[in-house]
Amino acid sequence: MILQPVLAILILRFYRKCFKKEDIPRNWKNIYWGSTAFAILLFLLFMMIRESRTIVSWLGHIFLLALIYKGYNSPKLKNARSALNAFLPVTLIYFIIDIITAIDKSFYKTWENYFDVAGIFAFIWMIAMLIISNKQMKAIEKERLKTEEAERVNKITQELKAGLEIQVSERTAELTAQKEALEQTLSELKATQAQLIQSEKMASLGELTAGIAHEIQNPLNFVNNFSEINTELISEMKAALDAGNINEAITLAMDIDDNEKKIIYHGKRADAIVKGMLQHSRSSSGVKEPTNINALCDEYLRLAYHGLRAKDKSFNATMKTDFDNSIGNINIIPQDIGRVVLNLLTNAFYAVDEKKKNTKGSYEPTVSISTKRIPIPGKINGAKVEITVTDNGNGIPNEIKNKIFQPFFTTKPTGQGTGLGLSMSYDIITKGHGGQLKVESKGGEGSQFIIILNI
Amino acid sequence: MKILVVDDEHDVKTLFEQRFRKEIKSGEIDFVFAYSGEEALSYLAIHKHEAVLILSDINMPGMSGLELLKQIKQKYHEPPPVVMMITAYGDAENYKTAKELGADDFLTKPVDFIALKEKLKITN
Ligand SMILES: Nc1ncnc2c1ncn2[C@@H]1O[C@H](COP(=O)(O)OP(=O)(O)O)[C@@H](O)[C@H]1O
Ligand SMILES: [Mg+2]
Repeated sequence: MILQPVLAILILRFYRKCFKKEDIPRNWKNIYWGSTAFAILLFLLFMMIRESRTIVSWLGHIFLLALIYKGYNSPKLKNARSALNAFLPVTLIYFIIDIITAIDKSFYKTWENYFDVAGIFAFIWMIAMLIISNKQMKAIEKERLKTEEAERVNKITQELKAGLEIQVSERTAELTAQKEALEQTLSELKATQAQLIQSEKMASLGELTAGIAHEIQNPLNFVNNFSEINTELISEMKAALDAGNINEAITLAMDIDDNEKKIIYHGKRADAIVKGMLQHSRSSSGVKEPTNINALCDEYLRLAYHGLRAKDKSFNATMKTDFDNSIGNINIIPQDIGRVVLNLLTNAFYAVDEKKKNTKGSYEPTVSISTKRIPIPGKINGAKVEITVTDNGNGIPNEIKNKIFQPFFTTKPTGQGTGLGLSMSYDIITKGHGGQLKVESKGGEGSQFIIILNI
Repeated sequence: MKILVVDDEHDVKTLFEQRFRKEIKSGEIDFVFAYSGEEALSYLAIHKHEAVLILSDINMPGMSGLELLKQIKQKYHEPPPVVMMITAYGDAENYKTAKELGADDFLTKPVDFIALKEKLKITN
């Protein structure tokens, strides 16, 4: 029978389909090619050598059955089972026919028709089953391709995702680094700003100390001189008393008394100046206390003036004051308001000095400070206090008028201006005291800074 | 001898009057006081050649002592009054400027009155 090798080759083809092309296990490849070669060999032997037909036929049966057995037995060949179901009846029928023929040929002859019919049925069965199985295999193949495609897409997605994740984490790291760098810069800036504010304070303190040295020298000279004079006068008085010259002694005593008053006055003056300096250098207490605003303005006017004089010998200006004595004490943080007044005055002196340097003809640099109590209509106790610092310098051009209160805005050469004076002043007046700081200026004619405090 | 003292500190008047009380009493020295450069100039304008000696502070608001010195030396030639400058900052710069402007002498604060008296005797 020529059928077995042909069936074997067909079955092997089904087995082959159970694996993906790329990943047929090596031993399966061997089995496949070995078996196929063996089937072809059987086929050729059967066709060429008549005498071998019987043995080849039996070998074919055994080979085929072994192959089918293997198919049912191996989990990997699960997909080929429906094909095996198609081949099984044919295989068995012809195997049985051959066995019966071998045992009793007459029996076979008697029942040959039935065997033929069974064979035909087995064949029809085989073909039908193969068609079905083929369809199934195709469906399975399709399904497999689909899952493979899905897997492939999935794999690509995974790869993309991983790539993206790497990118995202790289970006995140970059952003975090940037953020940290910015935070670092910000904190450095804050530190620098604090330092600058401190140095603005120190700069104005430096201006003050020079002024203070001058301011304190005069009262100290008076204290020393009047003390010396009093020592002389006392010995003269003793001498007069010894001589019995009572009238002269009385006159001398009156002089001594006058001098003593001067000593006390100038001693207190020096004391107040030192206190003022300490107050300025001390960080603000932040506490409002009743303060004589006129005295404060006067003191800072002198300090600012002499401070500038100490730095620049040629500097000179006329100072004018106009204080409203009806103000009395007002509740302010004295160090802070003092700082503002000092800033405004320093700016004013600078402005007149600049103008003086650039003016050929007669120009009298003048800086004035005035205070004024302004009653609020309808409120018996409510009033405002205006502190005005006026200069006849070059004024502030309109283009920069809205910038002068910005931190670090300065038109002065490096080293001479920090640009923090007015911004600090603005904060102290508006935030610290709920007041207003206004500027009025006509180009070329001078400027006026007005502090308005509610009391 | 008439001396014009120019200083913005008002108590300078009392101080000089006390320090020189003997000289004032004896009529040796006559003091006039001005509290600013401007005031000194207007005094000099009215009382020409009265003051033989002018003692001026440098550091004053308004017209400075140096400016006053300059104007005096420009305006008053014959006989030129002796001008002594007093300043709190006994620095070389002011000294030089004052010398250039024709200052006759230079005193530093605090004023040594004994030394000043010696100088006045010589000037006399
Ligand atoms: N009285 C004034 N006259 C003219 N310009 C002024 C006056 N006061 C302030 N300014 C202008 O405002 C700027 C900012 O002032 P400020 O904040 O005190 O800083 P700084 O004095 O260090 O420059 C000054 O540089 C100047 O251009
Ligand atoms: Mg300033």
